[in-house]
Amino acid sequence: MFLTVHMPDGTTHRLEALEGWRVMEVIRDWGLPIKAECGGACACATCHVWVGAEWVAKLVPPTGEELEMLDGAFNVDERSRLCCQIIMSKELDGLEVELAPESLADAPAERVAVGG
Amino acid sequence: MQANEASTDVIIVGAGPVGLFAVFQLGLAKLKAQLVDILDKPGGQCAELYPEKPIYDIPSVPVCTGQELTDRLLEQIKPFEPIFHFGEMAASLEKIEDGKWRLTTDTGRVLVAPVIVIAAGGGSFVPKRPPIPDIEDYEGTGVFYAVRKIEQFRGRRIVIAGGGDSALDWTVNLAPVAKSLTLVHRRTEFRAAPDTVSKMRALEAQGLVKFEIGQPVGLKGAGGKLDAVTIKRGEGDSFDIEADALLPFYGLTMKLGPIANFGLNLNENLIPVDTEKFETSTPSIFAIGDINTYPGKLKLILSGFHEAALMAQAAYRYVHPDKTLRFQYTTSSSELQRLLKVA
Repeated sequence: MFLTVHMPDGTTHRLEALEGWRVMEVIRDWGLPIKAECGGACACATCHVWVGAEWVAKLVPPTGEELEMLDGAFNVDERSRLCCQIIMSKELDGLEVELAPESLADAPAERVAVGG
Repeated sequence: MQANEASTDVIIVGAGPVGLFAVFQLGLAKLKAQLVDILDKPGGQCAELYPEKPIYDIPSVPVCTGQELTDRLLEQIKPFEPIFHFGEMAASLEKIEDGKWRLTTDTGRVLVAPVIVIAAGGGSFVPKRPPIPDIEDYEGTGVFYAVRKIEQFRGRRIVIAGGGDSALDWTVNLAPVAKSLTLVHRRTEFRAAPDTVSKMRALEAQGLVKFEIGQPVGLKGAGGKLDAVTIKRGEGDSFDIEADALLPFYGLTMKLGPIANFGLNLNENLIPVDTEKFETSTPSIFAIGDINTYPGKLKLILSGFHEAALMAQAAYRYVHPDKTLRFQYTTSSSELQRLLKVA
């Protein structure tokens, strides 16, 4: 099964996904720069995605905890989800998500020489 | 030496679980440690992100929460009397004469030690910055992520954004001094303490607080002077609120921060180390826990504990180059038991 991810830089990635894996894990393990700083514990909001409109009703609805965590995300709408809370299944084959800009991992810092 | 200067054996950057356990391992080697952490409390991610969440993979502890793990570590390291500097960010690091390091925090505190241990996890916790165009131009003049002095906001038109404790606490505390105060949140439910929400609702009933459903998407003003905040409410429906100050409270996120300027090799914002001492590319600077990387690295708390133990052995040789550290067990060594204040 596959997952399509639109990144904030405008690129689109079609990723093979395994049943039972969290969408956040699929994105992370394919090496795309997703922040996901709490590691999937529904304890931050740095895996915020907007799911394709046609997929909203097909997903298990967000828990109260996920809705609370989404208060820490930006430009939240009815398509907003924390993708660590979406588990891949056959029904979700072809799922399309767009990663919110605040959920992009920081670009690698440049090494700066220090005096002394 | 001035009041805000101190000398110690080891400076630990980060007071998360791995930084705390480093105090223990260093303490067994009779090394004193001082810790710097940008948070106002110990525990790092365990305390900030998931204090109530269960952790199941700490050896011999079948389950504990992030806060319980922190509390137990604090109890375990108490005999070693670590000195904490909370609410301070390690800002710069320089080598001084006699090979020691001089670390300066963002409050101007200076710490000097022969060994630096970076246990900074994912970096510094800093306030989340809303992706509003040109928001940087207003930071410090019209956009504030923290309230240092309530008086600063007297007589001002304030917009507070968010639905957690910080947003609600400051709504309640600033409403009496503000010229006007509007709380903006994306929904009618709040994550904040119910008592604070009740207080906010009472202020709203008195007309001291206005509540709007929506999210800030734009700023209007010039030269850093804020005139209005544009709020979006649903699709295509937006409006302006006249304001001198926007206070966005969306929680914290981790940024590598000034550690990037410490002169260490970096690999994807992680610090490469060896696996016998967990030392960085710079001798006498160690990196342990989530912030380091090496072949096979797993970001687990237990890995950080192991790294702390080996680091302490090597740190000892920098602090006491003329001495040999005798390896002992806490179960059998009366010397270690005296250090632990149990014998």
